[in-house]
Amino acid sequence: MNEQRYQTIEQQISPKPPIGMNMLKAFLVGGIICAIGQAISYFYIIFFDFTEQTAGNPTVATIIFIAMLLTGFGLYRKLGQFAGAGSAVPVSGFGNAVISASIEHRTEGFVLGVGSSMFKLAGSVILFGVVSAFFVALIKLILVTIGVVSW
Amino acid sequence: MIYSFIFAFIVGGLICVIGQLLMDVGKLTPAHTLSLLVVAGSILGGLGLYEYLIDFAGAGATVPITSFGNSLTGGAIAEAEKHGWIGVLTGMFEVTSSGISAAIVFGFIGALLFKPKGTID
Repeated sequence: MNEQRYQTIEQQISPKPPIGMNMLKAFLVGGIICAIGQAISYFYIIFFDFTEQTAGNPTVATIIFIAMLLTGFGLYRKLGQFAGAGSAVPVSGFGNAVISASIEHRTEGFVLGVGSSMFKLAGSVILFGVVSAFFVALIKLILVTIGVVSW
Repeated sequence: MIYSFIFAFIVGGLICVIGQLLMDVGKLTPAHTLSLLVVAGSILGGLGLYEYLIDFAGAGATVPITSFGNSLTGGAIAEAEKHGWIGVLTGMFEVTSSGISAAIVFGFIGALLFKPKGTID
């Protein structure tokens, strides 16, 4: 059996993910997490000195704190099984990746376990975020310097 | 005010649907999906479009991981404007700091409080 034929057969046999249902679940759970985030933003805008644009930062920190509790009690894993990207794409998913790796590796000690494994799952997000931000900012700087766009 | 919740729900939900499609149809792993979304956020931030999305959707735009790329780029560009090319490096984490510092601090506290099986110490 050649490789191409193997791949077609594999595609026919392997179960198709229920794409429509998965999208609906991701939409609902992701939307609800963002609506909760909106409520937290209003809390920071009303009771503290934040604006619509700057309230994102404390909101993100608060959501990661909630993610810590849910991860610690094993609830975020259950949410993830149900919601897929709906729980992975909001920052709570980023927090969950860091926190679950920390908890999992504490038996190896705080320096060698928690410290070195914390970003095992979330490291790629930081890497590609930082590298792409670097190049985007550099390109903008060059474009401004040669006078194509302004700040 | 009620509309801002609806917009946050719809926009945040749609960004998660894009992630789900990348995983189901694009056959990407969650790590690849999140990396791609962060890069997308960073490019939208560089083009100045992500600001509009935040104005429109509030937490619907700041809570998904795409906002992480946007604020990294935003910090780098703001400092580059003031200090030139070195600002690209010095400004990088100026805006984003809260997400990463919160993840590190709560990751440490979580490791202190919880056991791997999901019970508290």
